[in-house]
Amino acid sequence: MALWEAVLELADDHLVLGHRVSEWCGHAPMLEEDLAMPNMALDLIGTARTLYDHAGALEGAGRDENRLAYFRDERAYVNCLLVERPNGDFAQTMLRQLYFAAFMEPYWRQALHSSDAVIAGVAGKAVKEMAYHIRHAGEWVIRLGDGTEESARRMQSAVRALHGYTGELFEAGADAGGVLPDRAALRGDWDRVIGEVFAEAGLRQPDGVPMQSGGRRGLHGEGLGHLLAEMQSLARAHPGAVW
Amino acid sequence: MSEQARAWAAAAAVPDPEVPCVTVAELGILRWVEMRGAVAVAGVSPTYSGCPATAFIEMAIEAALCQAGFEARIERVLSPAWTTDWISDEGREKLRAYGIAPPEGPAGKAALFSAPEVSCPRCGSRDTAQISAFGSTACKAQYQCRACAEPFDYFKCI
Ligand SMILES: [Zn+2]
Repeated sequence: MALWEAVLELADDHLVLGHRVSEWCGHAPMLEEDLAMPNMALDLIGTARTLYDHAGALEGAGRDENRLAYFRDERAYVNCLLVERPNGDFAQTMLRQLYFAAFMEPYWRQALHSSDAVIAGVAGKAVKEMAYHIRHAGEWVIRLGDGTEESARRMQSAVRALHGYTGELFEAGADAGGVLPDRAALRGDWDRVIGEVFAEAGLRQPDGVPMQSGGRRGLHGEGLGHLLAEMQSLARAHPGAVW
Repeated sequence: MSEQARAWAAAAAVPDPEVPCVTVAELGILRWVEMRGAVAVAGVSPTYSGCPATAFIEMAIEAALCQAGFEARIERVLSPAWTTDWISDEGREKLRAYGIAPPEGPAGKAALFSAPEVSCPRCGSRDTAQISAFGSTACKAQYQCRACAEPFDYFKCI
């Protein structure tokens, strides 16, 4: 296990979630959200691009961002399971975004001091973007959780659907040799943000939900294969194509 | 004028493709230009991780340097990360005149769950409301003025 693999895990998290969020483009429930979704997707995909190039350079086998994004199969993807979960309804999408951003914001805050200059540089941008995502998704979780009977029911069912995928965020993946933040140590920050939002939204975190994991070892749900098929088909049909 | 100063002037005059009222120098995304032998090297910082204009801006700066007679190269500078604090006072005035409210206050002070107070670029009123935290480009949010009813873009403070 090496640093490049740990960077690849981060890159995969951002690309897969970015692609999921981009699926809302043209389908969001109102115009403002139709702008917000691609904006958030771009933040995530932009971060992924720099991370892929960095992972490729660290690996030293000549793979660039396109090679890593478009020419690896499902089993070679090492994203966590949370980010590949289907969009479901708007409640589920926004809760997934909140869960992820509430983890990444303190993660990047720690990574600002990384000894790796590229990671520290990515962190400088991403930490601010994640704060925006927390705010945007958090407001929706509160609005829906504290909204109508139906919106509250959907929000609580999103919590049931996704909560079991949050444990993996805190699991150590590939050994980054101290260059990347300690995931387990971010639990307190995450709990605090989620706790604040849930209190305002009138939601509760379920007890005793078994936590799913396996993404870091390439063991994924059915949905990831479909996502990759759509995302990779053009690059694979026309390898090396340029505009 | 030194070669370095001439190269800076050529690169600095390039307008931002999405907000063409300001130059890349006024926005603070052109960090430096230095001569390395005969090559003019420009350091450029992206505004947002996924800003689709990043590659275009780099090409435009390279083209401007070539047009000024230089062999040119671009270096992408990630650290320290670009912040709206680097937009010059002149740049802020130009944004306002263009109808975009410039970022308010220093970056990094935003509270988790509150939208910033923004002055209307048309009438100057502080009685404005955020319509959406996300706008037509990654760097902007949508606002509306309650005093004069003008909808406007706010250059997010980041
Ligand atoms: Zn006004």
